[in-house]
Amino acid sequence: MTIELKNIVKKFGAFTALDGVDLKVANGELLALLGPSGSGKTTLLRIIAGLDWPDAGEVSFDGESTLGHGASERRVGFVFQHYALFRHMTVFENVAFGLRVQPRAVRKDEAGIRMRVKELLDLVQLDWLADRYPNQLSGGQRQRIALARALAIEPGILLLDEPFGALDAKVRKELRQWLRSLHSEISVTSIFVTHDQEEALEVANRVVVMDKGQIEQIGTPAEVYDNPATAFVHGFIGESIVLPVEVNQGCVRLGGKSLGIAVADGISGASKLFVRRHDMQVGPIGAGLLEGTIRHVRTFGPTQRAEVALCGGEGKTLIEIDAPRDRTLQAGDIVGLRPQRYRIFAAQD
Amino acid sequence: MSRPQPTSSAPRRDVRIEPGPIRVAIIAMALIFLSVFVVLPLAVVFAQAFAKGAGAFVAALSDPEAWSAIRLTLLVAAISVGLNLVFGVMAAWAIAKFDFHGKAFLVTLIDLPFSVSPVISGLVFVLLFGAQGYWGAWLQSHDVHVLFAAPGIALATIFVTFPFVARSLIPLMQEQGTQEEEAAISLGASGLQTFFRVTLPNIKWGLLYGVLLCNARAMGEFGAVSVVSGHIRGETNTMPLLVEILYNEYQFVASFAIASLLAMLALVTLVVKTVLERRLDEG
Amino acid sequence: MGVATGRRSTLPGFGLTMGLTLTWLSVIILIPLAGLFLKTFELSFDQFWGIVTSRRTLNALKISFGLSFAAAIVNLVMGTIVVWALVRYRFPGRRLFDAIVDIPFALPTAVAGVALSSLFAQKGWLGAPLAELGIKVAFTPAGIFIAMIFIGIPFVVRTVQPILIDLDVEIEEAAASLGASRWHTVFRVILPSLIPALLTGFALAFARGIGEYGSVIFIAGNLPNVSEIAPLLIVIRLSEFRYADATAIAVVMLVASFLIIFAVNRLQRWAQTRIPAH
Repeated sequence: MTIELKNIVKKFGAFTALDGVDLKVANGELLALLGPSGSGKTTLLRIIAGLDWPDAGEVSFDGESTLGHGASERRVGFVFQHYALFRHMTVFENVAFGLRVQPRAVRKDEAGIRMRVKELLDLVQLDWLADRYPNQLSGGQRQRIALARALAIEPGILLLDEPFGALDAKVRKELRQWLRSLHSEISVTSIFVTHDQEEALEVANRVVVMDKGQIEQIGTPAEVYDNPATAFVHGFIGESIVLPVEVNQGCVRLGGKSLGIAVADGISGASKLFVRRHDMQVGPIGAGLLEGTIRHVRTFGPTQRAEVALCGGEGKTLIEIDAPRDRTLQAGDIVGLRPQRYRIFAAQD
Repeated sequence: MSRPQPTSSAPRRDVRIEPGPIRVAIIAMALIFLSVFVVLPLAVVFAQAFAKGAGAFVAALSDPEAWSAIRLTLLVAAISVGLNLVFGVMAAWAIAKFDFHGKAFLVTLIDLPFSVSPVISGLVFVLLFGAQGYWGAWLQSHDVHVLFAAPGIALATIFVTFPFVARSLIPLMQEQGTQEEEAAISLGASGLQTFFRVTLPNIKWGLLYGVLLCNARAMGEFGAVSVVSGHIRGETNTMPLLVEILYNEYQFVASFAIASLLAMLALVTLVVKTVLERRLDEG
Repeated sequence: MGVATGRRSTLPGFGLTMGLTLTWLSVIILIPLAGLFLKTFELSFDQFWGIVTSRRTLNALKISFGLSFAAAIVNLVMGTIVVWALVRYRFPGRRLFDAIVDIPFALPTAVAGVALSSLFAQKGWLGAPLAELGIKVAFTPAGIFIAMIFIGIPFVVRTVQPILIDLDVEIEEAAASLGASRWHTVFRVILPSLIPALLTGFALAFARGIGEYGSVIFIAGNLPNVSEIAPLLIVIRLSEFRYADATAIAVVMLVASFLIIFAVNRLQRWAQTRIPAH
């Protein structure tokens, strides 16, 4: 099923949760809504599910408006952040619930329900838990049962709100891979909300980055990581060195010193230079290079991380850079730094 | 970006709200039920008390019998609240601040009077102190009057109001733990100093809450007191007992005048209780 | 009991407070209640059985238990409706009505008794219109039923209220997103998760009604075998100095209420193990 959102606006009192959101989701996609808390991503998910209504805008599934339908008529599978399993029902009854409340005309008979529930429990590999109650399960098991329950109604769309938020780090990793392989198996159009960029980049086919009720960028994990469209995305995804620079007629200066790097047209005045830590090349000092003193070097994994105090500018600016291990760096060295890949965005305020 | 116009066709349906007519029906049923079963009886009390004007109301309350009942009620309440206050605080201290075997059982025993019919609460004292009771003959020979006298009424009232103070303190004191008291002791405070300077300020609202409920029940108790009082006019009638006697003699204005005083007590208790609950919630 | 164990406490006063607590508890509660049971042992079993199964006693017990059960059912249903309105909806006077629920706890039973009796009397505010319809409430078993409903009102409301307030919003949304109608959501998801609290409130109201005296006797009519409740029969037997009879009835009632309280405790524990509060 495809989803199309047009100009969605949602306000809670004076707070604008969604400020004109447009989004198209193709059939079978696995999409991540990524953003800090308060960015409106959960509200957007709830609007798609019919658990909240937009103040303005249009939601359509397969080209048909769906705002006239309530949550119970949309056939949208929703996995809640805290799973919302029915505590007084066994795992089996939880999964069967959506089948049992169907109108009599389309409802499966008891044998049919049993078979379907069995299938779903097999799918999430928890058939041996059918007779347990939710509070006898671990967090990861509850998560999978919640997913099986949502899939029982054969939803056209699957929505997951912070699906791994309440789990510990190890289980999170396992469930991420599991979710991705499950999606390729059932290929239902799926959207999940997360504030964890690693999770979004690792699991989703496409990532929607949101901030303050608006979409900042939509793209594949590689696109949003390598070509952040806005300063927010660059700062939010991956770790970046951010330096305040002054752009004047194509010349980029930091603390009065020209950096000798190019800048796109249209940017002028106070701006911000974003560089990934591993994109900062370290070498001997020279003209047109940033200059700094190495304070501290830590070595782990394939790289070494150096803390560098930049010279010039007001006060001292400390940055952390990652360099290959074959380059010998020592505390006290004075080095030249050149941003190899970088982005410059006009400072917003 | 241009501001989208609100689409008026979109229904706003909160999945957690029932359809309008059902909502109205539920509220109506709830309000009618509470009005018929609670508001009306309360209103009747005041309407009947003033049925023949304020003069009759005042006259009924100035009757010596009424005064005697009010005095006895206040005396019994003072005794039973006072004793249960001291006991309740001690019980709560022992239960909330220490670990020992059988704690849950002890709490159940303290709660016991809540599940005993008021009539039985009076009966047990008749069996002990009545003419045919275990100690009746001995008491009679020594001319000690327990039953059909103030001591019996006080005993029955203490029995009935036994759990209130302890019950309102135990959860509160358990929640507060023992760290503050241990700190006080380690700073050299004595046990009593610790209690009065550290524990008491922390539990004062809970204590007041317990005392309030204890007092309301003590002044209003009917069944237990009725069994042990003997209904001696002007001597062993409490206010609730006088309400009964006057009602059975068809002195409705007088009966409801006394009843209205008790109803006022109940209302004031409820208001203060609500205020205290808010304070307790705020911590 | 009464032996401090395990953790040694630095706090003083355990011996003193525990000693006085147990003494006071024994003097006021345990010895008097033990006296009641001892008194019954003075009877032979046949005597005891004879008293308890005499027509008048049996009828009084039936009336107290039966009407109290029926009243508790009414309170179960109406209490659920009241608590739903108070928790889920906003309407003018909501806080006032919330406070009003406690009045049956706070109002002295004798006051409630005369008030209900007057309200439902032949010429009373409600008695008169009901009489026109040919319904007589005062001085009939219906009056007992009414009084028992009155005193049971707070129990269901106050036990269910905190549970309904704390109920997870998400489970209702989950039910809706799974295709359940509001009706299904309420009856298959919400009410079942309130069952332990509902049963507890029901049992407490039931227990209270069995032993109730003050609010009932004025409206009851107190006709032997018809509208005479068990507590009143105890009072009558006492005034006739038939202590053995009074004691036997009392013991039956006590045992019944202890069983109910025991059941409530088990229910609470069961609810906690199966459906822990988060």
